[in-house]
Amino acid sequence: MNWGSWVIWGFAATIVLTTISAATQGLGLSRMNLPFMLGTIFTPDRDKAKLYGFGIHVMAGWVFSLIYVLIFQALGAAGWWRGIIVGLVHALFVLVVIMGLLPGLHPRMASEQHGPEAQNMLEPPGFLALHYGVQTPLAILISHAVFGAILGTFYHLK
Amino acid sequence: MIGDCLSTALVSRFGSVDWLCWPRFDSPSIFGALLDRDREKAGYWSIAPVQAAQVQRAYIPDSKVLETHFSCRGGRAMLTDLMPVASEAYKRENLVPAHELLRQIACTEGELEIAVAFRPRADYGCAPVKIRSNSYGLRMEVGRGAYWLRSSTPIKVDDDGAGAHAVIRLKRGEVLQFSLSYAEQSPTVLPALGRRATEAIQRSVTWWQQWAAKAKYEGPYREAVVRSALALKLLAYAPSGAIAAAATTSLPERVGDTLNWDYRYCWLRDASLTIRSLLGLGYREEAESFITWLLHATRLTQPELRILYTVFGQLAPKEQNIEQLSGYYDSRPVRVGNDARHQLQLDVYGEVIEASAQYAERHGKFDRTTQKVLIGLGKYVAHNWDQPDEGIWEPRSGRENNTYSRLLCWTALDRLLALDEKGFIKGVPRAEFKRERERIREQLETRGWNAKIQSYVSTLDGDSLDAALLRIPWYGFEEADCERMKSTYRKIREDLGAGDGLLYRYRREPPEGAFGICGFWCVEHLALGGGSLEEAHNLFGRLLRYANDLGLFSEEIDPATGAALGNFPQAFTHVGLISAALTLEEQERGKSHPAVHTGSDVKATPAGEHA
Repeated sequence: MNWGSWVIWGFAATIVLTTISAATQGLGLSRMNLPFMLGTIFTPDRDKAKLYGFGIHVMAGWVFSLIYVLIFQALGAAGWWRGIIVGLVHALFVLVVIMGLLPGLHPRMASEQHGPEAQNMLEPPGFLALHYGVQTPLAILISHAVFGAILGTFYHLK
Repeated sequence: MIGDCLSTALVSRFGSVDWLCWPRFDSPSIFGALLDRDREKAGYWSIAPVQAAQVQRAYIPDSKVLETHFSCRGGRAMLTDLMPVASEAYKRENLVPAHELLRQIACTEGELEIAVAFRPRADYGCAPVKIRSNSYGLRMEVGRGAYWLRSSTPIKVDDDGAGAHAVIRLKRGEVLQFSLSYAEQSPTVLPALGRRATEAIQRSVTWWQQWAAKAKYEGPYREAVVRSALALKLLAYAPSGAIAAAATTSLPERVGDTLNWDYRYCWLRDASLTIRSLLGLGYREEAESFITWLLHATRLTQPELRILYTVFGQLAPKEQNIEQLSGYYDSRPVRVGNDARHQLQLDVYGEVIEASAQYAERHGKFDRTTQKVLIGLGKYVAHNWDQPDEGIWEPRSGRENNTYSRLLCWTALDRLLALDEKGFIKGVPRAEFKRERERIREQLETRGWNAKIQSYVSTLDGDSLDAALLRIPWYGFEEADCERMKSTYRKIREDLGAGDGLLYRYRREPPEGAFGICGFWCVEHLALGGGSLEEAHNLFGRLLRYANDLGLFSEEIDPATGAALGNFPQAFTHVGLISAALTLEEQERGKSHPAVHTGSDVKATPAGEHA
């Protein structure tokens, strides 16, 4: 395990993933905003939520990148295409499993069965997070593929 | 109409569920008999006495639990229909179906035979349904979900498996219960009947009554106002905060004609009146959810706004005709989706910003993201207000320079400047917004006003009228009692009056129905100073007579027969009713009108123009 390489490239990959994610919102492709969703677990204040969420997202990205490098270590090889495959699997897991679980885990997110009580809550992401825009799954797949590709390309096995 | 803030069902006077879309308003229908003369083809679920019966129905007061009373020779029965609701706290402790329609019929006097006919038809009657019976009830797999019908009496599945039926003799005191539930993506919760169902009815009544009791309204017509608030609440989609324009698609604006549209989406046009209604009645949480949806669910298209969205802020689907359905009294085509989704309607910017301003006035500041969103919308208006657009009524005949759209662009900039002055938002390009606001005012006062006919007119330099122009004082552009508005009001009443206080929205040949909300706009105009409070009350009272037996309004009213036309029930008409009542209350109590402009666009009123 090359700890130094993981620290650098795990961080870099996370920053790129966060940037792509923000770009997809700015370009009107998706309303999926993971830092905001993570931050609102701790505060309803939209501005603070984004700040907290950014920190959490970077830390989480770093931790997740450790799983990627452990997979590379187990395989005995890294490389961009292996990284992309791991990234796509990761993205599918997020879209299919995590998004489905989120309304039950997140204290400020409505479920699809919420109501008739009205509270200011985050809308549920729905299957494949499609409620946040039909291009959301594509945006998530691409950003995670890039995340994996960066790690696969630049992480040096020991 | 019954519902649970996820979806709604329409129940006929004769105990038949003729419209039900699950899991949400704009899903395909499972019962669609409302839209086809051939009820068997489109689907329904009827529970009613076999004998001819006199029917009376009413909601349990201040609730959305419907009771239909049948009186026949030999006996009486009461049918109770509802979609059970519960608090989130209750749902955390108890397993409840994701979607349920609960029906109970009780014999209250004598003895009578009850016929049950269950004819589900998937996907607007386009897909077959196969009903299977097992020890838990009747089960149907449809698309991604499963329906279960449970009953306290055996129901026989038809030989072809496409329906089920029963005829049961009931004596006084005997009760039958039926529960239809639906689930996607998880196993269905099979609801128990008996005591559980009785408790669900009571719990739902209590929930609705507690909700209705929160209405902080002590003005006139309280019963009608609360009924309208309940209708509005049923059209709200709780998981996102959106509010659908109506529960139905393709109920015609002219029976037998083609003016049939899908209204099961969220129109931004309704925004300011919706917020006005919710805040005015004290429903802060609903208002907050709705404003959040308005400003953030629409982010994918911002700074441009579309005129309608799905409940999750996506572009409404492309329009399609459902050829299998013959339409309400043969009013073809039945449409799903709405092609108005690509229209440009500049008034929606003013609606959204006005709604936000009302919200800020009552509940304080916006976060930085929301401030940026609002300023982004304002910049779009400042750059584009001079464009022709389709306008508030969404004609499919092309774009024009609509006076009302200009008015709302003026409103958008005026409110943003007011929000800036009051410190609710920062970073407003004041000079640009003030300059453009002045340019709009100048254009409206010169080209939006037709001196020859002495009226504001529908399009710049035009000579036709539009009932929406009665909104000019409401947004604070003119005083209601100024000569221009008095003259405009007279002209609109002359040209667009449909009799008995009703009003067409514009002239059209052949004429469509009178437009429900326009009558209530007249009431507000009179109450704001365009007439007397007595005149306003008189008109309000007359308009209330056009509600159906449950106090619900559709989009339009047939002036000849008083029949409802267009999609039903219509949120726009109900928010118009509520807003008119609030204005009456405010004027009687000397309160300020919350929507009257707050910017510093003080118009130098020409001498002698004010009455």
